[in-house]
Amino acid sequence: MPFPPPAVDDMLAALADRFGSLETSVFRGQTRVVAPETRSFELLEFLAGRGFDLLVDVSCVDYLDYREPPMGMRGGKGRRYGLVYLLASTATNQRLTVRVFVDDPAPTVPSVVPLWEAANWLEREVWDLFGIRFAGHPDLRRLVMPDEFAAHPLRKDYPLQGRGERHNFPVITRHES
Amino acid sequence: MAVTDSGQVQLPENVVVSRLDALANWCRKNSLWPMPFATACCGIELMATGASKHDLARFGAEVFRFSPRQCDLMIVAGRVVMKMLPVLQRIWLQMHEPKWCISMGACASTGGVFDTYAVVQGIDRFIPVDMYVPGCPPRPEQLIQAIIDLQDKIQREGTITGREFDTAGRQARKRALVEIADPLSVDAARNPVVQRELAARAESYAGRS
Amino acid sequence: MQVAPTSPQMLDPPRQATARSEDYLWTLNFGPQHPATHTTLRLVLKLEGERVVDALPEMGYLHSGFEKIGEHLTFNQYVTVTDRMNYISPMANNVAWHHAVETLLGLELTPRCRVIRTIIAELARISDHLLCNGAVGLDTGAFTFFLYAFYQREVIYDIFETLCGARFTNSYTRVGGLSQDMTPLVVEKIRTFVRTFPKTLDDMERLLTRNRIFVDRTRGVGVLTRAEAVNRGATGPVARASGVARDLRKDEPYLAYADYEFQVCCATAGDCYARYLVRMQEMRESLRIITQAIENVPAGPVNVGIDQRTALPTKQQVYSTIEGTISHFELSMSNRGFEVPHEETYAAVEAPNGELGFYLAGDGNESAYRARCRPPSVLHFALFPHLIRGHTLSDVVAVLGSLNIIAAELDR
Repeated sequence: MPFPPPAVDDMLAALADRFGSLETSVFRGQTRVVAPETRSFELLEFLAGRGFDLLVDVSCVDYLDYREPPMGMRGGKGRRYGLVYLLASTATNQRLTVRVFVDDPAPTVPSVVPLWEAANWLEREVWDLFGIRFAGHPDLRRLVMPDEFAAHPLRKDYPLQGRGERHNFPVITRHES
Repeated sequence: MAVTDSGQVQLPENVVVSRLDALANWCRKNSLWPMPFATACCGIELMATGASKHDLARFGAEVFRFSPRQCDLMIVAGRVVMKMLPVLQRIWLQMHEPKWCISMGACASTGGVFDTYAVVQGIDRFIPVDMYVPGCPPRPEQLIQAIIDLQDKIQREGTITGREFDTAGRQARKRALVEIADPLSVDAARNPVVQRELAARAESYAGRS
Repeated sequence: MQVAPTSPQMLDPPRQATARSEDYLWTLNFGPQHPATHTTLRLVLKLEGERVVDALPEMGYLHSGFEKIGEHLTFNQYVTVTDRMNYISPMANNVAWHHAVETLLGLELTPRCRVIRTIIAELARISDHLLCNGAVGLDTGAFTFFLYAFYQREVIYDIFETLCGARFTNSYTRVGGLSQDMTPLVVEKIRTFVRTFPKTLDDMERLLTRNRIFVDRTRGVGVLTRAEAVNRGATGPVARASGVARDLRKDEPYLAYADYEFQVCCATAGDCYARYLVRMQEMRESLRIITQAIENVPAGPVNVGIDQRTALPTKQQVYSTIEGTISHFELSMSNRGFEVPHEETYAAVEAPNGELGFYLAGDGNESAYRARCRPPSVLHFALFPHLIRGHTLSDVVAVLGSLNIIAAELDR
């Protein structure tokens, strides 16, 4: 087991002061906070101002066929998508995971590009693969799939082998080339 | 060159008689200029093949050119995905004849372990391939063997006019032998068998009336 | 020769030209199939003469759905896919993946396994930096340097081949251990490598570090300041060359890194040359770690015990003990396997390219519910337009090379 990152109790206390009681949990030394959907940007902005200067990752989990509320946290109950913001501090090496749960139809969260420039491409990737809109993103285009692609492939209802898009190309035979 | 009384041709030294096809093949096979279409891990092994230890130059195929206009052997090294396939086809069309294609590695040949929504399951579905190299990724020795085999293939099958590439024409000629005229089509009216039949019917109708 | 004004139009005063300044720019498409992109990146450059005004990077030309496959393969099977992620140092990816899985499962590795993993991770770092710096040399015109670098990579390939049978895509780690133990021959080969490599490294430094052409082409090019590096999420050598002293080997010591003496290599200039220097120096530090580790590999098993029910027991245990037989049977049955909590964890290692982490969600199955990879290359490639603005076209390859963008890790 690696050394767990330093505790973030002070930060949780500051968060509780500002936002009231937030749902938190700790697993293997990693602290997770569920941000309310309406106040996620405010919360992340607060954390960015409190020393979490490195946005490690933005990703998402589709809980379509997950059997119980994720991580036993009631914040995710009945919501299909759970966004993951992994924050770190380069000064204190603290780490904090912020979860924001959203649901169909039209899942949307505010973009954090104004806080961390790193979020730019990471959010584009989440939009591409999960179809979650980031309100206020400067350039929300598909990142890895072709522009004309219609689906969001990392959603759980999209099959692994795709829907035949990969075979939808003209064939060049030896005779023609 | 002189002809003896018994009709034998006497050649001076250093002169070899051969077919023009064989001469062209000999030139082509020993001056393969690969176009490295390296997308993924196999590309690193392709680099290793060209680098100091394995040294592809020993087999006369080391002149890697990155412009398709200068190459005659495309080595597709690595998986080709949906977004990349149009690029691959375009580069293949930009290469001049005669040209050959090596599909290096499992991913390029069949999609390999990546049986997913984005990966093309074998480039031979969309462009012609001459040689497949198994392995994930193949070792440099395997790639070298593939190039030697391709050289053999060029020597054996090549023609100066590139007749061996005309697979579609050959198929068409083969098909023509077994084609049977459809009696109901318009063209069938010109078929002698059908004409005789029609004439016979017309006669019988005429007799009836 | 005189040209007489013939038509009345020519006598008219010239029409007022209304070209905007951007009409004088021209657009250059760079990639996705271009030798200096190394793999499949695409850049659309906006040029004013030879100066790059703007760059629009595009990726996805190698997107193969790795994260989707991660939801369908078991934790042990997926290691083969991580090999193909950052394919210039597959061992580091193997270590990163199983580090994440073991964090999710809460497994404690054996001391021997920890040390062996440390050694191979450092060897992978050396081979990665060799290729990266070699490619920078290649792109800026130093072909000999590339050949020197690649020859040493072949030596490391040979070590890996003796270790696990595969020279390139190793798939060496397993949940709770390794696919096989290290043999004395491997130890001997690593010792030889440790002895001989510094000489090559010195030769390489002599070739390039003070080479006028190389220094002129990389110094002051693509400068990244510290604040920007942090805000834009840079990690690894790219961030350290800008003065961010963040190295997970020191900050969150995983495996056996806490036991060894080594330094975190930093620079403050933040340009391509600094990134080159950091990588060169990191190879020396890696060598230091390997030197300390290879002489003190603890004895004992490489896999966790039978009681953990995750790693396959040895044949000896299978045939002679009932626990071994049961454990082997349970792990081999498709509907048994090991217990995975309904939980989510993130665990990262300091890969040669930066922080390589996996966010795993378990749902009780042997395969992950979600296997998100945090690739350093994505964030580094996003830096590119920022770094290249205002430099010339010939600097594109220097900057691109110094960021060490690996397309398969970028696109996954």
